[in-house]
Amino acid sequence: MQLKSRLLRATLVAYCSIVLAFLMLPLVIVFPLSVSSATYLQFPPPGFSWRWFESYLGSPSWVQATVLSIEVGCMTSALAVLLGVPLAFYLTRSRLRPISASLDKLSVSPLIIPSIVTAIVVYRLFASYQMIGTRTGLVLGHTILALPFVVVVVSAALRTFDPVLEDAAMGLGAGRLRAVLYVTLPQLRPSILSGAFFAFMASFDDLILALYLSGANMTLPRKTFENILFAIDPTIAAVSVLQILFVVVLGGAWYAFAYRTRPASLAR
Amino acid sequence: MIGIDRATARSPRVRHGWREAKLVLLAIPALLFLVIVLFVPLINLLSLGAASGTFAPYRHALSDPLYLTVIGITFSIALATTAICLILGYPVAYLLSTSSRLMTAVGFVCVLLPFWTSLLVRTYAWIALLGRNGIINRLLLEWGVISEPLRLLYNSGGVLVGTVHVLLPYMIFPIYAAMVRIDRDLLLAAEGLGAGPVSVFWRVYLPLTLPGLFAGCALVFILSLSAFVTPALLGGGRVIMIANIIQTEVSQFLNWPFASALSAIVLASAIFVYGALGLLTRAQHGSPRSQAYV
Repeated sequence: MQLKSRLLRATLVAYCSIVLAFLMLPLVIVFPLSVSSATYLQFPPPGFSWRWFESYLGSPSWVQATVLSIEVGCMTSALAVLLGVPLAFYLTRSRLRPISASLDKLSVSPLIIPSIVTAIVVYRLFASYQMIGTRTGLVLGHTILALPFVVVVVSAALRTFDPVLEDAAMGLGAGRLRAVLYVTLPQLRPSILSGAFFAFMASFDDLILALYLSGANMTLPRKTFENILFAIDPTIAAVSVLQILFVVVLGGAWYAFAYRTRPASLAR
Repeated sequence: MIGIDRATARSPRVRHGWREAKLVLLAIPALLFLVIVLFVPLINLLSLGAASGTFAPYRHALSDPLYLTVIGITFSIALATTAICLILGYPVAYLLSTSSRLMTAVGFVCVLLPFWTSLLVRTYAWIALLGRNGIINRLLLEWGVISEPLRLLYNSGGVLVGTVHVLLPYMIFPIYAAMVRIDRDLLLAAEGLGAGPVSVFWRVYLPLTLPGLFAGCALVFILSLSAFVTPALLGGGRVIMIANIIQTEVSQFLNWPFASALSAIVLASAIFVYGALGLLTRAQHGSPRSQAYV
């Protein structure tokens, strides 16, 4: 019996290792490609060279696309938090259950609406206001995709938050606003940061809305998409490596800031 | 203090009314935003396909063999992706929920890192791996396993590799969330009552993970219905899905009524799956709140 269960466990670990390796494989593979000296895809790389990183950093269009994507991502994240956190308060605190429950569904509906549909819908709207190719248009479009993440994460945290703490602060003389700002929001910090991070990623990774809304100003995903379609050269591998490293740093920072103060929330 | 005096002076019903009114103010900016930027234009778009009253665009989409093929391909790829993700994801979620902290952390990094990596980066990597001159073909040729390059890309297999890779984390997270919530004592109790490991799994463990499993399947299915990048780049024009057709209809032909009909078809399927998930979960668990949204 002991032996059998150990054998089962070993099989499970082996199976899962293969699945996890499958998940990591594409990420790992771009590293050797990015420092290859070959001008086209060659494996194993014939020699070592930084030239694709140089070609990325030396290309204004790549750098502009990167800067635009980071800017739009930050603005989207900020707007999604500004809209999403108050909405989460309403959704979790309203006592008119039937109304708030349906609004709850409505506010996560952008997750369910296929993004190509969202893209053409917003495109039609913005085209009539000359907002195609503007930063505002991109940020507003991306906020649609990002808002549900903030709402879901923050409402989940608000549901476990003990409102007695807020009442206690009010009992001690604080007004509602003060109690929320000094008691509730600090408690929600990990989830607000998570929501902001997910919102940034939703924007930073979006291609489909950018295809329609970005006009002549390419975002990073759009520039990458066109490069893969028309001129697949190892510059993309260098861009990929930098993006992976960027995500690792950002994800690490998110983890540190969001959970550092509350390790208990991760303990199983 | 004045606040308390005022509050006690009013009847509870008026007080609740006030409270609700102030709370609604918090929701208004976000809801207004969604209504203006998404819902009203969405309704406008959907009405285009039905504008003439004859539903011609719908009949066109559902009778032309070309579009029927695309719809068929879309649904079969979505179904296959969901099934493969479930087979690959369930054991991983189980391992993550039962391992030591270190192993769980390593496992999570392996799931989260690809999840956060740009879809385009990953798609590029798959082209580099699976292409005719790609890494896998080169290695296999070098080792003498094959004598000429395999066609790994630009067919439905290639698209499936891409969609499964993108969506697998969406399957793992909700199942994992359901698994960590399981009270281990229930399993011990079942064992104590004489159930073997197989029947503990089928009759106790699996049913308890069903809400997560349903959520994961619905999420993966809905997201793969609207796959765009993967078929566009890994399908090489041979595997065309609904999202690609909608894009072409809008960008190249400006055929908005037809794009509207196709959008309505994907949207209705997504809502149907989402609704079915809600019903299944409620039937399973009794409470609609017990489902995790991701």
